[in-house]
Amino acid sequence: MPDKIALEVARYTPERDKEPKFETFEVPLRKEWVVLDALNYVKDKVDGSLSFRWSCRMGVCGSCGMMVNDEPKLTCATFLTDYAPGPVRVEPLKNFPVMRDLIVEITDFLTKLSKVKPWIIRKEEKPLSEGEYLQTPDQLDTYKQFSMCINCLLCYAACPVYGLDPLFAGPAALALAQRYNMDSRDQGSDERLDILSQHDGIWGCTFVGECTQVCPKHVDPAGAIQQYKLTGTQEWVKSFLMPFGGK
Amino acid sequence: MPTFTAYPTKGYRVRVSTYWWLGRWAYLKFILREISSVFVAWFVLLIILQIRALGKGPEAWAAMEEFMKNPLVIGLNLISFLFVVFHAVTWFNLAPKAMAVRMGGKRVPNIMISGPNYIAWIVVSAVVAWLLLRG
Amino acid sequence: MLDISSTDVLMVGGGGAGLRAAIAVAETNPNLNIAVISKVYPMRSHTVSAEGGAAGVARADDSLDEHAYDTISGGDWLPDQDAVEVFVKEAPLELMQLEHWGCPWNREPDGRVAVRPFGGMKKERTWFAADKTGFHMLHTLFQTSLKYKAVTRFDEFFATKLLVDDGRVQGVVAIELSTGKIQAVTAKAVILCTGGCGRIFPFTTNAAIKNGDGMALGYRAGAPLKDMEFVQYHPTGLPFTGILITEAARAEGGYMINKDGYRYLQDYNLGKPEPTPVLRSMELGPRDRLSQAFVKEFEKGRTIPGPYGAVVHLDLRHLGEKKIDAKLPFVRELCQKYENLDPVTELIPVRPVIHYMMGGVHTDINGATPLQGLYAAGEAACVSINGANRLGSNSLAELLVFGARAGRSAAAFASSQPAPQRHLLAQALDEETRLEQEFLNKTGGRERIATIREEMQKTMEECAGIYRTGPQLEHGAGKLRELQERFRSIALDDHTRPFNTELSSALELSYMLDVAESMVQCALHRTESRGAHQRSDFPARDDRKFLAHSLVKRNADGSPEVSYAPVTITRWPPAERVYGK
Repeated sequence: MPDKIALEVARYTPERDKEPKFETFEVPLRKEWVVLDALNYVKDKVDGSLSFRWSCRMGVCGSCGMMVNDEPKLTCATFLTDYAPGPVRVEPLKNFPVMRDLIVEITDFLTKLSKVKPWIIRKEEKPLSEGEYLQTPDQLDTYKQFSMCINCLLCYAACPVYGLDPLFAGPAALALAQRYNMDSRDQGSDERLDILSQHDGIWGCTFVGECTQVCPKHVDPAGAIQQYKLTGTQEWVKSFLMPFGGK
Repeated sequence: MPTFTAYPTKGYRVRVSTYWWLGRWAYLKFILREISSVFVAWFVLLIILQIRALGKGPEAWAAMEEFMKNPLVIGLNLISFLFVVFHAVTWFNLAPKAMAVRMGGKRVPNIMISGPNYIAWIVVSAVVAWLLLRG
Repeated sequence: MLDISSTDVLMVGGGGAGLRAAIAVAETNPNLNIAVISKVYPMRSHTVSAEGGAAGVARADDSLDEHAYDTISGGDWLPDQDAVEVFVKEAPLELMQLEHWGCPWNREPDGRVAVRPFGGMKKERTWFAADKTGFHMLHTLFQTSLKYKAVTRFDEFFATKLLVDDGRVQGVVAIELSTGKIQAVTAKAVILCTGGCGRIFPFTTNAAIKNGDGMALGYRAGAPLKDMEFVQYHPTGLPFTGILITEAARAEGGYMINKDGYRYLQDYNLGKPEPTPVLRSMELGPRDRLSQAFVKEFEKGRTIPGPYGAVVHLDLRHLGEKKIDAKLPFVRELCQKYENLDPVTELIPVRPVIHYMMGGVHTDINGATPLQGLYAAGEAACVSINGANRLGSNSLAELLVFGARAGRSAAAFASSQPAPQRHLLAQALDEETRLEQEFLNKTGGRERIATIREEMQKTMEECAGIYRTGPQLEHGAGKLRELQERFRSIALDDHTRPFNTELSSALELSYMLDVAESMVQCALHRTESRGAHQRSDFPARDDRKFLAHSLVKRNADGSPEVSYAPVTITRWPPAERVYGK
């Protein structure tokens, strides 16, 4: 195994550069190194102006999502040796505006997340003294998968609909809405229905399915959205047949 | 720089190429799947035309048969058949994703949703083939 | 290029404590404006990496007094007992509140919340959500906080200085990372929730963002730091990366074995080995004792040498695949990904790695520091409930209890205060000038940030590790002083403003140097061994002189000064720490 590998990194500084360009660095190729280690090597030893997001380096905070050889990946969980002999091309996450080097603007996602009301909605709250809302392990299982989302946004980078139409709510926001809809303690499905059943909500999704493929936590956002399409349709039919609100 | 989104964003927007769907095999497969609906519509139209020809009498039916024998039409129908099969297979495989059936607290495995669809398809096709070929 | 905002209560840090405090303020007084400033988006905060669980008395056979006793003895009698009593009382309520907010706690078959055993606890009282408790707690808190319109977030704003006027803290100066613009946020009360400082050591479970920001900000503004010498080594971190393998692996029955396959903890007064875990015994002993046992095994030559230093093995094979997938799925995933092994069939190499700071900004039981208008909560604060050693699963509960308490008391304080004066802006402008002169526009420096940081980490590991001596600590103090000096000659490659992460790295390094210095000074002065602070030259616990908290304050010339404050004892007189019986 050679002991070096070429890292091609996208660089961009607004107000100075017209558009992103690539710069190549030679980094050590160690078997325990992930792409993030290589980026940190460049930043520490070669060029301190390389900017990127990272934090936990164990695949749970969701900061370090980038395109590695055109695939959306968590750079803290992507081993350099998988790309030997190289080069490894690292670019900012697709479908988001680039703020600097490998850093993208994600406020759009946060706005959309707030819109789907990702919190427990109840008609009446139980006082704390009465204890927990009972929830069996099976009930927990129905939504648990969707609750594993680390908001890394790799799914948005993989979604062609979001790439073409940034108004689309996107996989993670919709999956998180479904996480609450399926939580036995939540009573807010009706409230969320109006928001989600819009053109840019679940109906924007054409089930390409790439979001599920790239999700590092196996959340299956595509599954969540299709399931909700079924629910949404059922609710629409019900409202048609029982227009005066039979619940 | 054109604004693609209703929410203000800073930053450099990379243009999405018109040929984005050639970039990944998964995207190409998706586009082919969507296009297959056109060929499904063609088969539906064909059946409607055949029924209409039947209703109009033997000359109309003969003209229909001539039309169907045309090599271009045969070619088109061959391609359409492949697309329709592709359409059915992708549909059956995706159906379990949309229907999270739970029995006994556990999610039913995907094969138990897509399986019956395939079986029904094969059975109905066998029955239709038997009806058409026996006499 | 200065932007000004004002708010009533400001949280610096948007992790578990910061978000819980923000919600508490919103619920206490809906008329207050609340701002959360964080250098990362809140869901990236390090709370997210916590795995094991959060402790709160839940079962009928358990009691608040027992939780209190476990915590106080676990902390080697340094915790303030009035704070511990408040903590154990409010923890179950806070955890229940989180359940109501949607946290997916693991359940018993009948639907009630499940609890598991944990290190140093005599009864099972640790609530958990698979082995990603911190992740679920943080996302629940973050998503719930979105409900409250009174909360404004300043995401990716890096706080560089507290605004102090008239003896009161009245806001912060921060860099808006995306543009590089300086933002002054004035506030009637500020709560520091920035977490710990694991990155001053080379091997740590901590994320990159744990640089002691709030501790340094408070320290520089005149607030004392407390018990800084007590740093916790978690006994089971993966070699090279330092990634955490949760204590829950041992709570579910994992064994720790040396190179001979021997469960070595039995040699260290931690009880006798049993096939299934026994509370407060063997692998469920307190973390400081387990980490110390590793060092002793190493000295005896019974650890396994590895490419990244000595390790011991964590054996989970006897638990079986079904149990591991149900209770420890994340552990399995981490081992497969980062060590290329499957814990179902193979041994996991582990070693002690830095995990938690018991010390922090000195606060009372309401989260208030001696500096008016300044509060602190979470790992950044030291109340103290953890004393000389923290028990696993107490920290996540602490975030909630003291985050809420600090929020409520800051809200009460802010409701009674007049708005901060505009002349604070002069301080903000000075800060902007300082950042430009010392970093952005400076030419002619020689040192790289990474060089100084690595030397600091090496120094801390050698001089302030699990076992310390006076001469080593003196050497460390001298080296840190030298590094502070060399820091002044730092050169940046990046002189641009938009998202300049080199500037933020340099500022983080300056925070870490301050915290490291205060830590070494406190360790030097405490000539006894207690909990996680072990002096080979003073191996005994000395309650006569040192049943006290170390306080370190910054002098006008920048040097640290150590003094002592008494520990509050209510119902549990100091006794011997006993495990394994």
